[in-house]
Amino acid sequence: MSDATLPPIIAADQAEPQSPTGARRMVLNMGPQHPSTHGVLRLVIELDGETVVKCQPEIGYLHTGIEKEFEVKTYQQAVTLTDRVDYLSPLSMNLGYCLAAEKLLALEIPPQAQWMRVMLTELTRLNSHLVWLGTHALDIGAMSVFLYCFREREEILKIFEMFSGQRMMTSYFRIGGLALEPPRGWGQRVKKFIDVFPSRIDEYENLLTNNRIWMGRTKGVGAISIEDMLDLGVTGPMLRAAGMKMDARKDEPYSSYELFDFDVPTRTENDVFARYQVRVEEMRQSTRIVRQAMDGMPAGPWKADAPHVVLPDREKMKTQMEALIYHFKIVTEGFRVPEGEVYQVIESPRGELGFYVVSDGTAHPYRVHMRTPSFGNLQATSRMVEGTLIADVIASIGSMDFVLGDTDR
Amino acid sequence: MLTDSLRDRGVALAVEAFDADALLGGKFDRNEVTLEIAPSRINSVCGYLKYDQKFVRLSSVTAVDRHPAEPRFEVVYHLHSVERKLRVRLKCRLAGHDPSIESVTSVWRSANWYEREVFDLFGIRFTGHPDLRRIMLPDEWEGHPLRKDSPITGSRV
Repeated sequence: MSDATLPPIIAADQAEPQSPTGARRMVLNMGPQHPSTHGVLRLVIELDGETVVKCQPEIGYLHTGIEKEFEVKTYQQAVTLTDRVDYLSPLSMNLGYCLAAEKLLALEIPPQAQWMRVMLTELTRLNSHLVWLGTHALDIGAMSVFLYCFREREEILKIFEMFSGQRMMTSYFRIGGLALEPPRGWGQRVKKFIDVFPSRIDEYENLLTNNRIWMGRTKGVGAISIEDMLDLGVTGPMLRAAGMKMDARKDEPYSSYELFDFDVPTRTENDVFARYQVRVEEMRQSTRIVRQAMDGMPAGPWKADAPHVVLPDREKMKTQMEALIYHFKIVTEGFRVPEGEVYQVIESPRGELGFYVVSDGTAHPYRVHMRTPSFGNLQATSRMVEGTLIADVIASIGSMDFVLGDTDR
Repeated sequence: MLTDSLRDRGVALAVEAFDADALLGGKFDRNEVTLEIAPSRINSVCGYLKYDQKFVRLSSVTAVDRHPAEPRFEVVYHLHSVERKLRVRLKCRLAGHDPSIESVTSVWRSANWYEREVFDLFGIRFTGHPDLRRIMLPDEWEGHPLRKDSPITGSRV
């Protein structure tokens, strides 16, 4: 297509601010390097005094072409790309992609791997919510909460390191199961963390829940109706803070979530404070899930019985010719995935995460599209902040909990 | 035209009853319903699915490039009904030369950014879109990187 057929390009900052009352309006560029945009989000805000008249989010500063990159990787190699999309909940990304590929391959995943996936994904949710709470409080002015949250997050990262050797870019879930055998002593380590964590959540709540400044800054701020949110593609805790109980873990259970006993917290106030309460309660519920998974962890294999997909054990490679051949073939050319297309949805800490994977029968994904929650949620920014005060913009966008890597891909 | 695998799928029957000419085919595969819709009817079918079949959410819009096959592009819509706990995939095939399709922004406002992304990365135009410009790449960028004939490495000389 030649460029002559493209519509004219209008940059957001070229629009003339006009005011019906004749008052001068100011166009303010918030970002892309503003600290409270948590990455490289740019908001072009038109102000009438302190009131936001118009707010236009500009994204794309962190676009890496990662969906294109998928097309030249083998299916198993592509797992490492998913970590880098939403870098605050890498294991959720791993899980979504692996489930999609496993659906195409029709693989049966053994219970231990499924439960381990549930446990680690919930720890990732804790990790993500802790970063959110710390930075959100920091934006609003509560400095110390950040230090408390990062203290616990450090423990979670150490657990990830114990499992996968990596603190953030874990790539611990692989197509067919887990990357490595769960390490010796993981139970005590997780138990030690989970035993103290509820009391740590109480500490955060002591600092914030009844804090007059916190309430003043968050209560009644950032409201947006359920109809608007559904229409604009908002998912996750924001929707639940408005009273809508939508959670893929309950509605479309995956990886044996249906076996776990947990509640989906909701609030009806539909403001920044309610979103805070929902996420804090989600942390308590995730702790419950982690405890159930830890206590009831099934024994047995941690990867599927599918020699053409899953790498063989080192021991077998030294003694069995077939194992050596499979290893060579999987590493050098990957495995073929039957033709077809799937859309796998999971509940990431931020909302609905969808993986649309198209296979053409070769060893490389033909097309991978990620429906990321941050992208959907960010579309509601204008609707949420227009008509409010500039100071509330920080609280409002903080309550959305977006990650720009997740938005721009 | 209903394929055998779709005969007992309520949503497929409903779309056929609504507009038999719009439904070009589809399949039920791996527990997922795919309906192939005539590109000229996509807006009315989406409106019907949203208001009469309770698919209140548009989960995503994306595209697949089947280069060098023709019709080259598939525009893919994932719809979600929260109430019915149901998902459906709509697919429209577009020819490779000057691909263009009706926008569904009048049905779901969330289509705005999704369609801008498809426009940016695939070069498919959405007619009736309120703000069709690049979203990921700089405005002066040439080409559409998710097309199969766009190189993965290297730079222009």
